Amino acid sequence: MSYKKRFDKRELDQTRPMEAKAGVIDRADGSAYFKIGNTEAYVAVYGPRNLHPRFLQDPEKGVLRVNYNMMPFSGSGERVRPGLSRRSREISMVTKNALLLTLDLKEFPNSVVDVFVELPQTDAGTRCAGICAASMALADAGIPMKEMVSAVSVGRVDDKIVVDLGYAEEAYEDGPVADVPIAVLSRSQKFSLLQMDGEISKDDLKKGLEMGRKACKEIHELQRKALKDKYSTGDKK
Amino acid sequence: MGKLIIKEKEVVVPGDDLAEGMDYLPGNGTYRDGEKIVASKLGLASVDGRAVKIIALSGQYSPKRGDTVIGKVIDVTINGWRFEINCAYSSMLSMKDATSQFIQRGADLTQYYNIGEWVTATITNVTSQKLIDLTMKGPGLRKLVGGRIIKVSPSKVPRIIGKMGSMVTMIKTQTNCRITVGQNGLIWLQGEPKDEILAAETIKKIESESHISGLTEKIEAFLKQKTK
Amino acid sequence: MNSQKDYMMKFLNSGTRFDGRKLEEYRKVSVEYGVSKNAEGSARVKIGKTEVLAGIKLSVGKPFPDTPNDGVLMVGAELIPMSNPEFESGPPGIQAIELARVIDRGIRESKAIDIRKLCIEKGEKVWLMSVDIVPVNDDGNLFDAAGLATVAALKDTLFPKYDGVEINYKEKTKEGLPMSKEPISITVIKIGDKLLIDPTTDEEKMIEARLTIASIKDKTICALQKGGEDPLTLEEIDQMVELGLKKAEELHKLL
Repeated sequence: MSYKKRFDKRELDQTRPMEAKAGVIDRADGSAYFKIGNTEAYVAVYGPRNLHPRFLQDPEKGVLRVNYNMMPFSGSGERVRPGLSRRSREISMVTKNALLLTLDLKEFPNSVVDVFVELPQTDAGTRCAGICAASMALADAGIPMKEMVSAVSVGRVDDKIVVDLGYAEEAYEDGPVADVPIAVLSRSQKFSLLQMDGEISKDDLKKGLEMGRKACKEIHELQRKALKDKYSTGDKK
Repeated sequence: MGKLIIKEKEVVVPGDDLAEGMDYLPGNGTYRDGEKIVASKLGLASVDGRAVKIIALSGQYSPKRGDTVIGKVIDVTINGWRFEINCAYSSMLSMKDATSQFIQRGADLTQYYNIGEWVTATITNVTSQKLIDLTMKGPGLRKLVGGRIIKVSPSKVPRIIGKMGSMVTMIKTQTNCRITVGQNGLIWLQGEPKDEILAAETIKKIESESHISGLTEKIEAFLKQKTK
Repeated sequence: MNSQKDYMMKFLNSGTRFDGRKLEEYRKVSVEYGVSKNAEGSARVKIGKTEVLAGIKLSVGKPFPDTPNDGVLMVGAELIPMSNPEFESGPPGIQAIELARVIDRGIRESKAIDIRKLCIEKGEKVWLMSVDIVPVNDDGNLFDAAGLATVAALKDTLFPKYDGVEINYKEKTKEGLPMSKEPISITVIKIGDKLLIDPTTDEEKMIEARLTIASIKDKTICALQKGGEDPLTLEEIDQMVELGLKKAEELHKLL
């Protein structure tokens, strides 16, 4: 068996079409939108702001909080019940960990930076889209950070190593599949998110991670461009 | 020899390389990574002698000693008032810094500043844990009676004030409004409704077009046309 | 704090508002359909800087025992903290519940959808419609935005393929909901002795009373909700309803 052509005719190392925008939610201190294929993420950042209850405060630095949520009508099957699920709590946590060490929150003791990830429409790769938008929204909010974070999934569909698995590929039935969401820091090229489910060999994993890193470079350029566009649209009118 | 990677006033994103070599020094909003100076904030890159820095374009107000801010009374304590000043931290005004009048011990402090009232005050101290002290003793510091408060991005305040206060003075003269600008991004306006609406609109225009060159001329033309 | 209201009254008395609008002036409204592909129907409504999404999911389930022939409508609203710094995470608060119930009543009581036609097998299987309302950015007047988004999303809805056993959500049919009416909600608020519509969040903080009026094209009123603490006089109610009906007529044209 062999997975010859991708369902949507993409190259193996090609992501789905992407779109990035900064500053999409007026009320927020920073915000961004990231779309990859049919997966759409909005992120709003509020803060640094007062943190209650007090026992959550850290006197040495600001605290980062992430809340990942799928809108009830966003899923491909039945309605997603609103509120916290084990899945959404885990994704909130790994998203936070993917972003935290890029940030410098020393200037904000006892306060909190809140990141809200909301998905109005989902296909595959929601946590990665959320991370891409979140890193942009944090930059838009003026939070000091060493570098940006870009995320994408890599993996295996049957005998092929691919970038950015679509929903149909995750559900491929004629051979083994592995889905590996990763996040890559823009300067150090280190990985701040790494999860996997499925079956993959050590060599294929390495190959996938290298392909993912390349895709993240492209995503990073898109994130940068969106942020620069928001702030340098002057002199046009 | 050091090498500059960016152009003056170029918009940069956190993680972007700004300059290379030890001849350059990292200023505000930047850090050194080996040979390179790197942006740690979104903003405009700027070179000042050997220092490379970022002029922030967004972000919350970061309280600094000497800044004059606008604040709202949120609590009255036994020896002073607590103010909200549009950032993550509240600030304190003690009785002795509140007024040149003598305040009797145990006096009802709400008769001076009551909850919900607005003042303009100067920051006298900010500790590492962000405890902030205010004073009301100084020229122009006062309770802001009537009028309304509008919010702008604190990073845009310098453009709204303009060189030596030229921009805000122009708005005041053209609209006949009283205007007080706080460094913390809160602005107090008072005037006749139609004038004040124009003043608010002008300030919002400056905020959204602050990066445009020739802004002063543009705003001047805008005000002239609107006040015809 | 009262001084702020006094100051706003100075504006309202001269027939204008802080943002320069007249008292009975609505902000710019836009409606966009089909904004979420996985929903059976969806819409985005913007009123000024306020932005609300509504999405419809359909499923098949048992009817309520007392209405064995009727499909089921459920409306939920989540005031997510992304859209307003004052909203908190967690289960829906009373604000979200009120919003959902007012929208629910407008749809239900206007008989906008012929729920009889949603019966598949009497007493056993009917279509269940879940409407979910989510604000993206709250700059005031979520009630009207949510009502408009809901009607637009219902109009946008197409049934998924159903073989009598299982729904295939991947494939939509060409069949829409049996919808005959389009209830529009308009909220009129009272500050001091002035009535205004389409409030911003700043104005909502000053509200003494509000009245949401849902009506259909022939001006039949199908739901009302009074909010705020102050009681209203008969004359005020009359004026508010008249204003609500007039503005609903304008919004109807946008659908």
